[in-house]
Order: sequence, then structure tokens, then C-alpha cells
Amino acid sequence: MNAMGCRDAPVLRERGQREVFCGLTSIIWLHRKMQDAFFLVVGSRTCAHLLQSAAGVMIFAEPRFGTLILEETDLAGLADAQQELDREVAKLRARRTDIRRLFLVGSCPSEVIKLDLGKAAERLTRQYAPHFQVINFSGSGIETTFTQGEDSCLAAMAEELPETDSRQLLLAGALPDVAQHQALDLLQQMGVSPVTVLPSLSAADAPSIGKNTVFALTQPFLAETHDALRRRGAHHIAAPFPFGEEGTTAWLRAIAQAFSVDPDLFDRVTEAPRRRARRAVAKAHEILHGQSVFFFPDSQLEIPLARFLTRECGMRAIEIGTPYLHREIAAPDLELIEAGPVISEGQDVDRQLDRVRAARPDLTVCGLGLANPLEAEGLTTKWAIELVFTPVHFYEQAGDLAGLFSRPVRRRTALQQMRAA
Amino acid sequence: MRLTLWTYEGPPHVGAMRVATGMKKLHYVLHAPQGDSYADLLFTMIERRDRRPPVTYTTFQARDLGSDTAALFKTACREAAERFQPDALIIGSSCTAELIQDDPGGIAATMGLNIPVIPLELPSYQRKENFGADETFFQIVKNLAKPCERTKTTSCNLIGPTALGFRHRDDITEITALLEDMGIAVNATAPMGASPATIRQLGRAHFNVLMYPETGEAACRWMERALKLPYTKTIPIGVGAVREFIDEISALTGIAPYLDTHRLRFPWYSASVDSTYLTGKRVFIFGDGTHVATAARIARDEMGFDVAGIGCYNREQARMIRSLAKDYDVDPLITDDYLEVESRISELVPEMILGTQMERHIGKRLGIPCAVISAPVHVQDFPARYSPQMGIEGANVIFDSWVHPLVMGLEEHLLHMFREDFEFHDDAGASHHGHPADLRASSADAESAGLSEASDILWLKEAEKELRKVPFFVRGKARRNTESFALERGLTEIDVETLYEAKAHYAR
Repeated sequence: MNAMGCRDAPVLRERGQREVFCGLTSIIWLHRKMQDAFFLVVGSRTCAHLLQSAAGVMIFAEPRFGTLILEETDLAGLADAQQELDREVAKLRARRTDIRRLFLVGSCPSEVIKLDLGKAAERLTRQYAPHFQVINFSGSGIETTFTQGEDSCLAAMAEELPETDSRQLLLAGALPDVAQHQALDLLQQMGVSPVTVLPSLSAADAPSIGKNTVFALTQPFLAETHDALRRRGAHHIAAPFPFGEEGTTAWLRAIAQAFSVDPDLFDRVTEAPRRRARRAVAKAHEILHGQSVFFFPDSQLEIPLARFLTRECGMRAIEIGTPYLHREIAAPDLELIEAGPVISEGQDVDRQLDRVRAARPDLTVCGLGLANPLEAEGLTTKWAIELVFTPVHFYEQAGDLAGLFSRPVRRRTALQQMRAA
Repeated sequence: MRLTLWTYEGPPHVGAMRVATGMKKLHYVLHAPQGDSYADLLFTMIERRDRRPPVTYTTFQARDLGSDTAALFKTACREAAERFQPDALIIGSSCTAELIQDDPGGIAATMGLNIPVIPLELPSYQRKENFGADETFFQIVKNLAKPCERTKTTSCNLIGPTALGFRHRDDITEITALLEDMGIAVNATAPMGASPATIRQLGRAHFNVLMYPETGEAACRWMERALKLPYTKTIPIGVGAVREFIDEISALTGIAPYLDTHRLRFPWYSASVDSTYLTGKRVFIFGDGTHVATAARIARDEMGFDVAGIGCYNREQARMIRSLAKDYDVDPLITDDYLEVESRISELVPEMILGTQMERHIGKRLGIPCAVISAPVHVQDFPARYSPQMGIEGANVIFDSWVHPLVMGLEEHLLHMFREDFEFHDDAGASHHGHPADLRASSADAESAGLSEASDILWLKEAEKELRKVPFFVRGKARRNTESFALERGLTEIDVETLYEAKAHYAR
């Protein structure tokens, strides 16, 4: 195998119709992660409808997100948008006294009419200081794709973090609680401390940042956040992403080296969970090895997941599509993927469908709009959105992650007889 | 600006998608940024469609805005026409494209495509999904349908069913059979299942059956004028309405009315003694105007319910619902704000809600059973089994699905009889619902006298204990009734006496 794997592989850049979510979709998991935050989208009925549809089921409580729908009067300039915002935020504060952080989220329409939400956020923050913070970011479909909404949210938060000079590790990326606890626990056992997390559960425990902060990304789509943290003086620990036994070990090892953790201690801490992870993945390996996989662009998790599936589950990648390729962040994972698959960035969905039909992979990873139509054509699919909603990081979830891919294959086998009839 | 947490309707271009996706050989070129393609999953996931909606999104990005989004549209439009070879194109803008004013309809008209190109004007910041569907279908019909020779025997068109419609799939089957029984053939069903060629032939029918005014009324009105096709006004949902529908068709065609009722079980099920407990149950009805109006009639005249309130979310039907509310002597609620619906339900404290998936959630929160009667749709609204709302089987389906959320008649009596039993107690809920019954923890738990909801009234311990003996599904109402009874009389404490005074006061 080439030592550099796919690191310098040519990239097929596509420009055409995309079948992807916009960044507003990130709100679905971000609002669960920050329990004192409200996400206020300034947009259209389409934005509200997207959030509702992407949430799949309505959340059984008044949600901590909503859409300020622009109306004719706003567009015609008859109403002062900034005044309208102030009024709606005041109403929201009166109804939801538990809210400490308010995110004003830009959308396609608000950006096209050049509504200055940054200015509004500054004004409102001054007005309600100190116990109520207003932050602006964009989740618009003309700027962001799906998980990039989280990226622009965390990048905006990074700008606002207080300054510190103390040596610390910061983990950036919204993770399900169970996965985050496991990571913090492993790092603690290695004596890495203090460790802070962005985003924090509440405004009260927001991390500080400075030139002695080193950070690791837990998600591959945090390019802007990466840049924002570096602008604040923090140093990035480059590593493969913590999916599967190999990825988790490499990610932890990069941190351990930055914190001069004794290699023996590292081995002692990771030995048992590594064994468990390998055992759990082995079950899926039986089903997945030798099977081919094709990724449509969706969440930017595609490259690290392709690394996991090819190296730990024995699959063969045909095409790895990603909405956006950040060379520097993806490099450690790309290096580990054996040369061969097409790496594509962006999308022209009809052409990509032509390619998938020609390749007829054993498993196609794609969005919800494509999954059933491809199943109807006889392709087995894994819908990608589950990968961002389900705990899949670190050792104890490695088996679950592999299971997400092996289940559709097992199901195809189980139903073979009925479907043939 | 208006704060919206949940919406009943999507934007108007989603209505246009419902028409396009229901049809064949029609393609929709939508000038829109990338995220708008989320709408595909409504069709592929909620309705489990096995094909992508026939929609091309031009997918413009921020960097295109300064340059040439119109050129991007042209390329997308030409490629779509070449790749999908449709018999007609519809052209529109989503909310963002409306702001950049590229006039995609005008551009497409000058591209020299050799198929009909139908531009849509759907104002995203004023109107909503149902309008979008109605207007789109109207434009398609207006552009393609021409007067033509009538079929020799009496035939009709079924107008209004779309993709993502509430039980449209099965309503079509039911109404087609109903008409066949009368000797009337269906010339065309549209938009669902129709191609542009089918639309051209709509004029062969003798009349139209308007199944869903929400999505088909504008087209029916136009066809009445331009093609001389009268259309039916009765929506055949419910026993009485189905009979009236048959009579209306007979009057339109001169064909003798005929209705095969041997499978109609609703009237007997409703009359049989087990249904006695349904008498006077107070229901709140909310949804799209058409389904609310039909549900109100069934509720009062066929189930023996007491209609406590009605309302609709689509303003297009506001006038009809307002006048209906007068007949039922209730205040109409016309709103698309679910918080307003929730507060109206909290005020009225109905024993049951007939609503949409939103009201199902409101009901869950307030502990009120709910049956779903209308869009917006959920994956549950596309059952594998045959499950129409219209016609004979529709009436049977409605009886079952409205009764299902309630505790069954005999079971209600048994709960009364055994309410002190540790296992068969009232918190156990209805036995036909899947959740496990909690064994009653301890008598101490049951005695923990709560503060009243109106906080200035004190429930004495004995009264609180007595209240616990009231079955759970009416306990909330008993509590509220007793408190408002006490408030009216300026009482600050509630004892057992007050509880029974209130019970007598509210008895019916």
C-alpha cells in the first residue's frame, strides 16, 4: 500500500444539483446539547418546515428552537427588522425565563435581504448583560451544508470565549453525552487535565481559551471552528477521527503525546476498551468484509467512516463523496485509506446516481431523499442522518457504529426469499 | 416577523411538489438553494415513495448571487428536460429565489423547449402549502385541458388527490368503486396518477367529483366555466354525507341513486349498547377545513358526541368553518399557531380531540385522547392496510379509529367497579394500548394531597382522597369543575361535600 493512501488522490469536484440539508438542520442536535440555549432562526416558512421535517417526530415539549418567519411587510421594508427582532426576543425572554443563551440563526432569505443579525446580537447582548448572551451564526443553505451549521455555531461561540493562559485540552464538537463521558473518563485516567468541552452544557461552564490551549476536534466538519480556535491562539492536535478501535486509539494517542502521557499508562488505560471494541466490530466484520460501499455526500463524516469501514470492517470503497473537503483536517484519515476509491467533493446528484447505478455497490450510504428510491432499484442503503444522531464515537460505540452498516446488509439477506417471490 | 414553533403547512412550493409528485411525466424545475431539497424526504420517507419526486433544484449558492443565477437556472432547466424527457414542465421559485427575482418562468418560456412550460407564481411570504397545490394544479389544467368530445356513457373525473395527502390513495379506490356501482366510469383522476396527456382529456368527462377542495377547487371552478363540467359539493366522508353525495350525483346525471350498504357497519356499531358511553362526549375538532366540517357532522349526528369547539388552520376555509360554527353554537378557531390551539384545548377541556398530528401531541401533553382526522401527515397516516376516509369503508374506518383512543365502553364500567383494585386500577389505562400497567405503589402515595391548580383553593385531604376514586380519564375534568364551582361561590376550601355539589351541578 502507498504510504500516503488517498492523501494526495485527485478529487472529482462536482457542481450541480445537491441533495443535502442546509446548516439549519444542525439545530436539531445542538439544542439538545445546550440545555439553556434557544435557537431562533430568522427565515421563511420553508426554514420552519425543514426543522420540523428533519426532526422527524415532533419533540414532545415546547422545542428550544423556533423560526421568526419573515412576512411581506419585512421584505417591503415597511417594518424595521431590528425593532421587530427586539420585540420578539423580549417576548421569548418573558416566556422562557430558563434561557441563558440565544442564537440568532441566519437563513437563505435573511442573508439575501442582508439582515444584519450580527448587529442585532451585539445590541441584545449589551441590553441583557450579564446573564443572557446573544450569538449570531449562519445556517443558510447558500452558505452551509448540514453539519456546517454546527461548525458555524461553534466558530461563533469560539470568538466569544473568555481568555485564559493556563495549559488545557479543549474538545470541540457536540457529542451525545454517553460518548463525551467516555472520552473524558479515558483522558482523566491518563492524567490529561484540565479538559474542557465546546459546546458546554450550560453557559455557566463555558470553556476559556488562549495560547496554552490545545484542542482536538471530535467531528470532521469543524473547519471554521478549527480556524477560529487557532485565531484565539490555541493549537490543533491533528489526528484521525475517533471512530472504531483504530481511530479512537490514534486520536487518543495524539492527545497523549501532546500531554506527554507515559506510553505504558496509555496502553494500560486503553487495553481493555480496545479489546472490547475489536470484539464488537468483529461481528459486523463477518457480514461486511468483502462488500463494497459507496458514499453520497452528506455530513462530512464520510472520509473517516470510509477509513473505518475499509480498515476495520474489511469493506471496499468505490466512491467517497463529501460535501466539502478540508484537506488539512481530513489528511490523517485519508492517509489511512488505501488508494483506489473516487474521492468526490460537492455534488451533481443525477450524475452521481448514474455512477452508483453503474457500480451497483453492496451498500450505499446516502440521505433520506435517496434511500427508498435506491432500495426500490435493488440497492441496499444506509441513511446517513442516523450517523449524526446516534452515539458512534470512541471504543464502546465502535460495535454500534459497525452495526449501523451491517444491519441493512443483514436485513437484505433476511428478506431475500420474500422479495424474490 | 412572526414566531413559529411548529407549522401545519409547508411553503407553497411544497404544495406544487405534492401535485408534481402525484403526477406522471411532469417535471418541476425549482429555482432554489441546496437545502430546499429536504422536501424530497417528505415523499420518500413519510409516504415511502419508491421514486424521487420529479423535481430539479437549481442549487444556487452565496457565491452565485453576485454573478449569474439566471444562467444556472437555464442550465438546470435544459438538463432536466433532456434527462427526464417530461411531457410538460412546471417552473417555480422557492422563498429565496423569489427574493432574487430571476423570473425563471419567463426565462424558461424563451428557451425553445418543445414541450409546454407552465410558470407558477406562488408568493412564499403570503401563502402556504394548500394554496400552492391548488394554484399549481389549476395552472396545469388551465394550460393543458381543452374542450373535447364527451364519453358516450356517463363518466366523471376525480379531482384533488395529491402526493402526501391524508388517505388520498385509498379514498380514490373507494370513490371509484362507489361510482362504478352506479354505472359511472372514472374518466381521469388528477393530479394523482395523471400525466399531461390525461389532463388534456379531462373534458371528456360529464362532471367532476371534487374530492378535496383544499387542492382541487380552483381547477374545478375553472373547468365549470371553460369546459362546462359541473362539480360535486358534498365531501363523502361519514354516513350521511355519503348518502347525500350519491343523491347529488343522481341529480347531476339523472342516474338513479344506488348505494351498496351491506358492508356499512358504522350505523349499527354506533347504535349498539356498547357505544352508549360515547353519548355526549365533548370533542374538540381541528384540522383542514374540509376534514373538520365532515368530522363535526359525524361527531354530532352519527357518534352522538357533543361538539365543544371547531377550527381550521387553512385560512382559505375560514369562512366555511365560521358559518359552520354558528350551526354548532361554538366559537370557531382560525389559526395556524399551535400554541393558540393548545390554549383553546386547555380552556375547553374536551374528553377527546379529533385533530392532526399536532393535536395528538397536545393531547398527549394534556392527557386527552386524540384521533387523527386530517393532514399534516405523518408516516402513521400511510398504513399498509386499506384505510380510506371516504365512502362506506371510510365510515367504518372512522368509527374504529375514533373509538380506539378511548377506554372501551365495558372497560369503562369495569374500571368504575374495580377502582380500588391494586392491579386493575384506573392508572393502568386502557387495556388495548401497549404500555405496561404500573402497580399502584402504596396508599400513602395515593394520599399525597396535591395543591389545587387554582392555587388559592385548598383541597382537604378527604376530598382529595375522594377525587382519587374518580376514574383517571375524567379526574382532571372533575378537579377543574370542582374548582371553578368553588371559585364561583367564593369558597377557599374543597371538602367532600363541595366535590359532590359540583358533580350534581355539572351533571347532564
